[in-house]
This record gives sequence, structure tokens and C-alpha cells, in this order.
Amino acid sequence: MRKLSMREAVNEALHIAFNSDERIFTAGEDIAVYGGQLRCSYGLLENFGEKRVLDTPISESAIVGLAVGAAMTGLRPVVELSYVDFIGVAFDQILNQAAKIRYMYGGMVSLPLVIRTQGGAGLGNGAQHSQSLEAMLSHIPGIRVLMPSNAYDAKGLLLHAIRDNNPVVFIEHKALYKVKCEVPEEPYECDYTCDIKRQGEDITIVAYSAMVNQALKAAEQLETEGVSAEVVDVRSLTPFDADTVVRSAKKTGRVVIVHEACKKGGFGGEIAAEIQEAAFENLKKPVCRVGAPFVPVPFGPNLESCFVPDSGNILEAAHRILTD
Amino acid sequence: MRELNKKLMLELYSQMIQIREFEKEAIELAKMNLTRAAIHTYNGQEAIAVGVCAHLEKEDYIISNHRGHGHCVAKGADLRKMFAELMARETGYCKGKGGSMHIADLSTGMLGANGIVGGGLPIAVGAAFTAKYKNNGRIVVCFFGDGASNEGAFHEALNLASIWKLPVVFVCENNQYGISMNVSKSTNIKRLADRAAAYGIRGVTVDGNKLDEVYREFAGAAEEVRAGGGPVLMEMATYRMSGHYFGDNENYRTKEEVEAWKKKDPIDYAGKILTDDYGVTEEEIRKIQQEEKQKVLEASETAKGDPFPAEEDLTNDLYDPSFGEIVWKPWKMA
Repeated sequence: MRKLSMREAVNEALHIAFNSDERIFTAGEDIAVYGGQLRCSYGLLENFGEKRVLDTPISESAIVGLAVGAAMTGLRPVVELSYVDFIGVAFDQILNQAAKIRYMYGGMVSLPLVIRTQGGAGLGNGAQHSQSLEAMLSHIPGIRVLMPSNAYDAKGLLLHAIRDNNPVVFIEHKALYKVKCEVPEEPYECDYTCDIKRQGEDITIVAYSAMVNQALKAAEQLETEGVSAEVVDVRSLTPFDADTVVRSAKKTGRVVIVHEACKKGGFGGEIAAEIQEAAFENLKKPVCRVGAPFVPVPFGPNLESCFVPDSGNILEAAHRILTD
Repeated sequence: MRELNKKLMLELYSQMIQIREFEKEAIELAKMNLTRAAIHTYNGQEAIAVGVCAHLEKEDYIISNHRGHGHCVAKGADLRKMFAELMARETGYCKGKGGSMHIADLSTGMLGANGIVGGGLPIAVGAAFTAKYKNNGRIVVCFFGDGASNEGAFHEALNLASIWKLPVVFVCENNQYGISMNVSKSTNIKRLADRAAAYGIRGVTVDGNKLDEVYREFAGAAEEVRAGGGPVLMEMATYRMSGHYFGDNENYRTKEEVEAWKKKDPIDYAGKILTDDYGVTEEEIRKIQQEEKQKVLEASETAKGDPFPAEEDLTNDLYDPSFGEIVWKPWKMA
């Protein structure tokens, strides 16, 4: 089968979406003529025209507000924020508007909108263009938070998100854009369940976004050591499919949770809590978390690589809880 | 545009009375502790909602703010459902999940009141985008206050609406106060409408206490916007006759100031047009007042008997469980 990078997969999903439903449009900074700061929207303007593919001024509140108002009145916006860090500017529209409107108005209206954005560190973009803010977003009832770990999932999850009648924040990791995997040409969807990326018996590694590849790398190393590791990919933080994680934890009795976001207050804490509530008796060792230190993302390459967890950190954690 | 004749004046006057009576009753309910949270009354601003909404079709949209009861009534909302929402009943517009600050009624094009100052402005841009996208002839009116015009969302929204020539009228109800801060202290300009210049759109200041002026000025703006001329910023100069909310100590303004503005009460002004220009008798005016008061009290009484939502309803209405019925068509990448 052909291989696509995550960038190409997102671009293909957008083309499929635009080709399928006239209510779908996109707006954002530099997405039309320029093809997107994320280079994911190239070709859309040429293929679908300026009515549906719109460059906006640098106005993040207006971009998200546009999506909210358009979704309330019958369109299906897929807007782009160039970096997840910029949600600070647009946060009222996400936190108080998109997330609240349906519930606050007693279910009177639905908001089928997607905010695509890019998160994560590793490319030297510094403290204001490299963050992992998903834990903050996952704490807000009313929105969905998706974080694909590869090109296949990105295509399927994005199409599922665009068909969802709720507001979705779709976070693409910048370090994954060039990573390729097999992606079918035809349209398909991935659901919001956790995906077991590798089956194993002795230890569970729960990860999402760019950390899934690190987890898989650690699992390969563990295999050479005679340890069978299962890798669970949490593709969706809201809704969170705790069942799949708990099932794996019950089977292996040892769990390492890894994310790139700061360990403190990260989504890993939520995952760990779900596991201990449902599988405490089955745990052979305490659940172990791997995450970034509690500092902003540094610029310098040596500091940044210390900041971002990798397979080495996961292995260390795994070795700690593999002892009897 | 319908001519502002006696029949229409009577209709609009009745609406203004209905809004005033609604707020009176809302305060009574607050005193009885039936409404729980803050009630922001529209007293003194009735001519604006009524004069504006008189030009709107049911399909046109409005977006409101925390002081939104008047906008709802003027757009045709059901009084009982409004009272029920104020009292958190399951029959309320939001099934008791919204409250006074969050009444919405999509059936009359009322896209929602908003508890965040300036929060509705970018949403209005989105609704106007849909109208233009679908080319359905609808327009959007975004009501907000002088306070909201100092928010960043105001700038982003007006700028985007202006460059895309979206069909939206931004109606700034300058009631002189953002809670306690007088507009002369919160901005360095005399006319908030001057801010339109920053977006290359028309800005106009209207006496918002004069129903006939609001009616005529808005007619022009609605026509321009409907014709595709892009947004207009209308500043409606008015006065918040009551405190920011029921229970406000109002230590930031003098009794003299409040009394002076009471002489410009928009309801008295509209009543005087009826008696002086259209020969409506005092008795007929009193009759309208009685009738509207009666409607309001009946709605309130009925709502008082309505049930609270079931506790099981707490977690309902958060997510729409359904997905759009879209069949994905393949796309052959070049």
C-alpha cells in the first residue's frame, strides 16, 4: 500500500471532506493562498475556491467565533489555528462559547465544528510555539480533544471529527507531519476508542500523539530483553476510552503512562487515576508516569531534547516497575 | 420598511411596555428568591430592542448579551418560557440550564444571550458568514454595550466582518456604564460610533431613547446591510435606569443624574408621540399598560407552577450524540 506523511493524510482528508459536503468550509491564517503555515491545506483553494477556503487576518478570537456562529446556523466549519499556543488569544470562544453553548441552551443547538491546530515540541520553536496544552482542554466539558499519532489515524480521526456534531479540537503534533505510514486512498473513519498499537503481556505503555512512536521504540527494546510490552494509543482524550486502558492494565499489572506535556497536572494523572480506581487489585507495581519537567519548552537543542521524553525515559520507567 | 404609522407605533409601544413589565416582574421574582442569580434589567433601553427588531424577519438573527430580556421579547420570545428559565424550570428556554443571562430561542432567530462581555461579537460574525455563504438574504444584529466595545473581541469581529462585507449590524447600546465605570472614564472618545472609522465602515450615533429615531435610523442600516454593503456600527445613546443588576448599591452615580435621565424615559417619549401625534387617549395608554402587565403576570404565574428539571437531566444536553449524515466521496489527489 502507498505511504503518506501525516501532513499529506490531513490534506487528503480535507479534500475528501470538501468534495463531499458543501456545508464544509475552512478559514484561518495563511491557509488559502499560502497553503497553511502547517502546509496541510495546500490545493484546497485551487480545488474548491475562495468561497470555501478563506484566509483570515491574525485574529484568533474571530476565527473561533466565526466557527461557532457558522456552526450554530447550519454550516460545518473546519478552522485552523496555526499553533495550539495561540488558543490563549481565542480562549473565550473555546472555553465559554463553543464548549458551553449546547449545554447552556438546554441542547437547543449543536455545534459541528473542528479547530485543527498544531502542538508539541522538538523543532526548536521555543516556549510559545511548542506547547502541549491538551490537559487543559480535556478539563473542559463540551469539547472533544483528539491527538492522532500517525498518518492513518489522522485521516480517519479527522473525517470522524468533521462528521461529529460537536466542537472538536484536533491537535496535530508538528514532529509527526513528515512521518509516513500506510494510508488507504479511500475515505474511512477512526473512532474515539484507544487503539492498541502493539499487543503484549508483561507491561502496558499508555501514550498518545508523538509519544506513541517512542513507546513503540521502547517496546521493541523491551522485546530484546524478553519483556512483552503492550502499547495503547489514547487517540481521544475527550471522550476518553478508559475501558481499553483498564483492560490492558488488568492483563499486565504494570503500567507506564507517557506524554510530552509536563508531568505535573498532565492527562497522565487522569489515566493513572482511572486505572487505580478500576484495577488496583490487579496492579503489581504502582502506575508510573513519564512526562516533561514543569518548565516552559526551552529553545536550545540540548535543552529541548532533555525536555521532551523519549524511548530512553520510557525504558527507565519500565525497568523500574519490572523488578519484583 | 413599514411606515411608522399609528398602528405600528401602538404595536411597538405595547412591546416596550411588555419589556418594562417583564423586568418589573423579574425583580419581584428576585425579591422572592425565585431567580437565584443576578437579574440585569433592560429598563430605559426598550426603544432600542423594539425599534431594531421591528425591521427584522423571523429568519434574521440576533445575538444578545447579559442584559438580554428586552432583545428576546422584541424578537418574539415566549414570556412563559422566559420566566420559566429565570426560575430554572424544565419548561424554560434552556430547560433550567441557562438562566437569565443565557436565554436563547433559535425558533425566533435569537442565537443567545451571553454572560461574557463581548463574547457574542465574533459569533455574530459567524452567523453573518452563514447568511452570506448561503445567500439567503438574512441579516444579523449583534447587541452589545459600551463596555464590550473595549474588548479585543470587538476589534477582531468588526475587522473581519468589514473585510468580508458580512451582513451584520453592530448595535452598541451605550447605556453610560460598564457595571460601575462611566463611559467617559472607560474610553477617550466622545462617540463610540467613531470607532467605525477604524474598519472603514459607517458608524452612526442615534438617540436610543427615541423610538422613532431608532426605527428610522435602523431602517437605513438594515437596508444597506441587506443589500450587501457590509456591516454598520450603530451607537445607541441611552441610559441604564436601574443598577447593573438588582441589588446594586449604585454608589458610582448621583441621584440627580438618575433623575435627570428619568425625564428622558423612552416609554414616556413613545407615549407622548402616541398622544400628541396620533391622538391616542390617556385611557387607551392605560389600557395597553394594563393588558401588557396582565400578559406578563399570567406568564409568570404559569411558570411558577412549572416543575424543576429532573436531577437525571444534569448530564444531558452536553454532547450531541449524533453524527452528520455525510457520505464521504473519494478524492483523487493530483
